[in-house]
Amino acid sequence: MNRHTVTAFDTDLAALVRDLAGMAGWVERSVERAVDALMTGSADTAEAVIEDDERVDQSDRDIEAGAVLLIAKRQPMGDDLRVIVSTMRVSQDLERVGDLAKNIAKRALIIDGAFHQRKLARGVDNLANLVLSQLKRSLEAFVERDTAKAREVWAHDTEVDALYTSLFRELLTYMMEDPRNISACTHLLFCAKNLERIGDHATNIAERAVYAQTGELIADDRPKRDELGLQDVTARH
Amino acid sequence: MSSTTTVAEKVSTAADDAEKASAAAASEAQDVAPGGTTITDAPPETIKMRGKDVDVFYGEKQALFGVSLDIGDRQVTSLIGPSGCGKSTFLRCLNRMNDTIDIARMEGEITLGDQDIYDPTIDVVELRARVGMIFQKPNPFPKSIFENIAYGPRIHGLADTKADLEEIVVTSLQKAGLFDEVKDRLDAPGTGLSGGQQQRLCIARAIATSPEVLLMDEPCSALDPIATAKVEELIDELRENFTVVIVTHSMQQAARVSQRTAFFHLGILVEVGATDQIFTNPRDTRTRDYITGRFG
Repeated sequence: MNRHTVTAFDTDLAALVRDLAGMAGWVERSVERAVDALMTGSADTAEAVIEDDERVDQSDRDIEAGAVLLIAKRQPMGDDLRVIVSTMRVSQDLERVGDLAKNIAKRALIIDGAFHQRKLARGVDNLANLVLSQLKRSLEAFVERDTAKAREVWAHDTEVDALYTSLFRELLTYMMEDPRNISACTHLLFCAKNLERIGDHATNIAERAVYAQTGELIADDRPKRDELGLQDVTARH
Repeated sequence: MSSTTTVAEKVSTAADDAEKASAAAASEAQDVAPGGTTITDAPPETIKMRGKDVDVFYGEKQALFGVSLDIGDRQVTSLIGPSGCGKSTFLRCLNRMNDTIDIARMEGEITLGDQDIYDPTIDVVELRARVGMIFQKPNPFPKSIFENIAYGPRIHGLADTKADLEEIVVTSLQKAGLFDEVKDRLDAPGTGLSGGQQQRLCIARAIATSPEVLLMDEPCSALDPIATAKVEELIDELRENFTVVIVTHSMQQAARVSQRTAFFHLGILVEVGATDQIFTNPRDTRTRDYITGRFG
């Protein structure tokens, strides 16, 4: 794409997207480390995630301020407008992902019995890997303006939902097997739900990537398999 | 604008013409083949004016290439594009203002309702009463506020009595949102008003002859932001009763006041669509580069 006649506009836009990419790096790391804390029971790692959340929140505020200033200064149109507005929304999504990672880290601190929990948490780890890949790819799609990749991420969210549903059943089974698992499994269930929601944010980011590039707003008509699964499970037990 | 070409108008028109002709000459428009226009919206529900395959030449130079554009009834259509792109040329074809330039020649067809406005039997003076024009610089007659507006209706015989005429003057001033500001000094010279008031006086003068279409050629470019806001507000109100076609260099203004936008480049009508769409998601690369400030 050609450069703007006013080159400072290009500079400002590039800075905004760069800030978002920086924030994305922090958020991805937080999710990774929160799950790591959950698997290993490392209190240091969990506490680091909780501390880092303030940095993520600050990034969100900075990006919003930068975007508002750009709109006021340049009155952007067309793709510029779509990119700036989408950047604000992606930043909001990332801020929420940061909160969810922090919540996982907090639960990692609470759950005791590290030896036992590792076996129980294996399913959560699988879900985390899938969700992290979705998050990374959605952010790549946004920054690299790759709509094909964004659409893939969008379509793959059903896998996250399916995995979450099966994990729900699995954790429920552990709880029925041994009531001493209930406390840990309930926390793990919340962690799984948090990961599933991170997956939804990745889908939002993918939608924003498509919108920023093409102006097309993808209608949210993905099948909601988790809810169906939930009904199914609760009906049986 | 009154329906006859007055001295004040001629001066403004001539200055405008020289500018437009030189702009057209400076452009590389003659090398460009007529291109297909990208139309991204449904045609207007009711079409007030229709341009079909319009070519315009200033002497040897071709300024417009096969422009076809439908103007929707009672909506604001904005024409945008860089200097010399042909948008003013097209606007001026709509009430045959280009007739006043000796070297200008038009081919193609422009209709108002069912009528071909270039038909030799058309009375151009009457046409310009139906298709009024507002220029970049406010150009009130050197007469009183009252006379500025009364002039057109009087020479067109639109008022039988003095009371009728007064009513037209008052209504026109009201519609132009100027009445309250000038009601105590209708005898004062129109040229004594502020720039923004003068422009609204010109709009009042144009609507005094009950036109169907109002053409505006950068009507706010000589006004300050507050006067601009008032004129924009007025344009929005005018579309209840009139069809408005506006040429503007301010994309924000086009985005604010119009429902449909046409983008011209090098004498070609590149893209036409709903204003909302043109400014958020244009289809043609040239439109995109222009509205996002990436031209040249």
